[in-house]
Amino acid sequence: MAGEKPVAFVAERQIPPSPPPVRTGGALGWARDNLFSGVFNTVATLLSLAFVAYILAMVVPWLFLDSVWNASSLQGCREVDDGACLAVINERFLQFVFGFYPEELRWRPILAFVLLFVAIWPALFSSAPRKLLIFSALYPLLAYWLIWGGSLWGPVGAVVGIAIGWACIRFLPSLVRGRLDEGLAFLAAVGAGILATALWWLFGVIAFEEALDGVVAIGLEPVESARLGGFLLSTIIGVSGIAGSLPIGIVLALGRQSNLILIKAVCVGFIEFIRGVPLITLLFVAWLLLSYFLPPGTEFDLILRVVIMVTAFASAYMAEVIRGGLAGLPTGQYEAADSLGLDYWKSMRLIILPQALKISIPGIVNTFIGLFKDTTLVIIIGLLDPVGLLQPIRADQNWNGIVWELYGFIALFFFIFCFAMSRYSMYLERNLDVGHR
Amino acid sequence: MSSTGQPPPEPFRVSQLLYDTRYRSYTIQIFALAVIMLAFAWAIDNAVRNLEALGKDIDFGFIFETSAYDINQHLLDYDSTSTHGRAALVGIINTILVAIMGCITATVIGVLAGVLRLSRNWVVARLMTVYIETVRNIPVLIWILFTVAIVNEVLPGVRSFRGEDAMSGLFFDSVFITNRGFYIPAPVFEAGSAAVVAVLLLSVAAAWYFGRWARARQAATGQILPVFWVRLAILAIPVLLAFFAMGSPVSLEVPALKGFNFKGGIYMRDSLIGLWLALSVYTGAFIAEIVRAGILAISKGQTEAAYALGIRPGRTMSLVVLPQALRVIVPPLISQFLNLTKNSSLAIAVGYMDATGTLGGITLNQTGREMECILLLMAFYLAASLTISAGMNAYNRSVRLKER
Repeated sequence: MAGEKPVAFVAERQIPPSPPPVRTGGALGWARDNLFSGVFNTVATLLSLAFVAYILAMVVPWLFLDSVWNASSLQGCREVDDGACLAVINERFLQFVFGFYPEELRWRPILAFVLLFVAIWPALFSSAPRKLLIFSALYPLLAYWLIWGGSLWGPVGAVVGIAIGWACIRFLPSLVRGRLDEGLAFLAAVGAGILATALWWLFGVIAFEEALDGVVAIGLEPVESARLGGFLLSTIIGVSGIAGSLPIGIVLALGRQSNLILIKAVCVGFIEFIRGVPLITLLFVAWLLLSYFLPPGTEFDLILRVVIMVTAFASAYMAEVIRGGLAGLPTGQYEAADSLGLDYWKSMRLIILPQALKISIPGIVNTFIGLFKDTTLVIIIGLLDPVGLLQPIRADQNWNGIVWELYGFIALFFFIFCFAMSRYSMYLERNLDVGHR
Repeated sequence: MSSTGQPPPEPFRVSQLLYDTRYRSYTIQIFALAVIMLAFAWAIDNAVRNLEALGKDIDFGFIFETSAYDINQHLLDYDSTSTHGRAALVGIINTILVAIMGCITATVIGVLAGVLRLSRNWVVARLMTVYIETVRNIPVLIWILFTVAIVNEVLPGVRSFRGEDAMSGLFFDSVFITNRGFYIPAPVFEAGSAAVVAVLLLSVAAAWYFGRWARARQAATGQILPVFWVRLAILAIPVLLAFFAMGSPVSLEVPALKGFNFKGGIYMRDSLIGLWLALSVYTGAFIAEIVRAGILAISKGQTEAAYALGIRPGRTMSLVVLPQALRVIVPPLISQFLNLTKNSSLAIAVGYMDATGTLGGITLNQTGREMECILLLMAFYLAASLTISAGMNAYNRSVRLKER
């Protein structure tokens, strides 16, 4: 066929595709399809754009163009320009962060905050060295010591108490081996361990602290709770609540699913009670009532009491989230664990909980976010978290009359933290999704 | 059976209590019960000893004592000579008032924002995303303080409604929005208004019954009646007739400026307005996410199937998608209502006298009876929560997928 003359009506090369009509392609087409596809849509778009423009026209000059960063009072700001008086944030920034924490000691909370990341590193990333978990376990006491100061021997005494309990459980059974039935010995050892720890904490720690202080006094300058405030306080309450509520919530959720009627009743009662009352009533309990239920004369720090109640509050919500995850697993998983001959705790630890926790991650993070936001409620019982610091600042003669800058600053802080947490949960969800669907 | 060689029953050993699954659950439960009872006994013993040391007792008698404080926003008759019990009741009703108002507006905001976030209109959808993310990630307490500050600082003062170039109120000078709160007209019922109200109730019942009858008729014969117009007529005509026949017994009392303040009408304080708006906007963002999730949960096949049957888009939404989506939406929606009610206890931060502000606030401070006040307060919130949860469970049972 070669050399044959081409037929006139057969094209020799492909004609390039013509561009789509202008009105359906490109930015214009997209806008036509998505923004102006009908009367209603057009009106909605225009209204929204007008709204955004209105807000921007109000906020941008106020916040960026006409704002004042350096002044010593509201009058000083107004003399320079009529925008946002950000000088107040400039001046009070450190107070917002630390409250009234003594200035020369502020390296301690900062160090505690940095160490926090070391402590949660092995929890967030499986590539971290496992030995760090020991540090994570000791971190709460270390942070307590760093922030509140006082003798080192107090926290050490608390650790010694746990060590005593552990030693009882570990070594008592072998002492009585042969003379006592094995199971009974173990049961007795657990009881003795718990009792020994409790007794040590109640009566031994203080004597231990005083004795060792007499020998070698190692300590930091103590800081009163009343001086803690600002974002430091929010972080203390939030982080300890988060760290405490996850394990307690898991236990409560398992208890609620349990076959043991009594355990189940107790867990349901606790969860429903806590979820039925507002957090503020629980804070009232921490503030006014909790000390009634402790032995007479017990001095118990208010922040610690608040942490306990906030943890209890978050645990109940956490339990419900995790229960949803447990219920979301197919029954086959439970049956498979049983058929492998695993006992209850092994099947939970190795098979059920890893999957249940994974599917409840969004709910867990939402509970964390809620808990962190709820730390602001402590102002009602007189603690000075960032919102609580507003009142003294606005009562200050220099800054009297300032409103929006302060609210905006605090809101921005919470927004950044909570938004980051929710984005992290989305990332985690995508990362852990093994794609069975 | 003895001939089959069954092993003789083993003698009971104590270790079976721990290792034999037949007994273990009892061991654990009895142990747990003992621990819990010990803990309770310890706490109660401490409380008794502490109260004794302070010379206090548990006594609810303060409920019948004179409260000697004022409540600035009350729906019941109340003054400072009323009892603490009545103050608590006023507070509880204030809680319920702001909760109901908040639930209604939050639902409206939430449904609108949730539907609009799914809109194909990019600008509107983004705007709603920004609204939802901003509101959800900032504590509700900050929103409440912020909204009250807006009411106090941005809205016009009462003064600007007076004088030469006075502002006029909305709706023919009957609603006044000021930085002290909202002043709205109050209905005044005179003699004969009972008849009008009775007629109104009868009309509502008749309209409801007509709807049922029309639907049954449509199911039986296929004929569609103009339900909307007939209902409107049933609702409007008899009431209007009764209203004029009785000589207009119901009138509106419009607030009017007298001296330094408005007199007459209903006064909604700045704290009530701020709390209400903040709770609505905050909870609305959560409801929007619930509505969005509910609509997305209905598979696209349902909509397509409805279109294939020739059902129009509006009816597809109301007959096919919504009934299924509601099953997903309603339970979390109710729990948001519960959250709103519990969050309304933050009223104490802005001075709105709800149950927390009266019972857990001034009454507690005046009488010094922390234990009793907080117990009563918790009992109220618990009762409200449990009632609503019970209602929700009943609803869930009624709409559950009937699986066979």
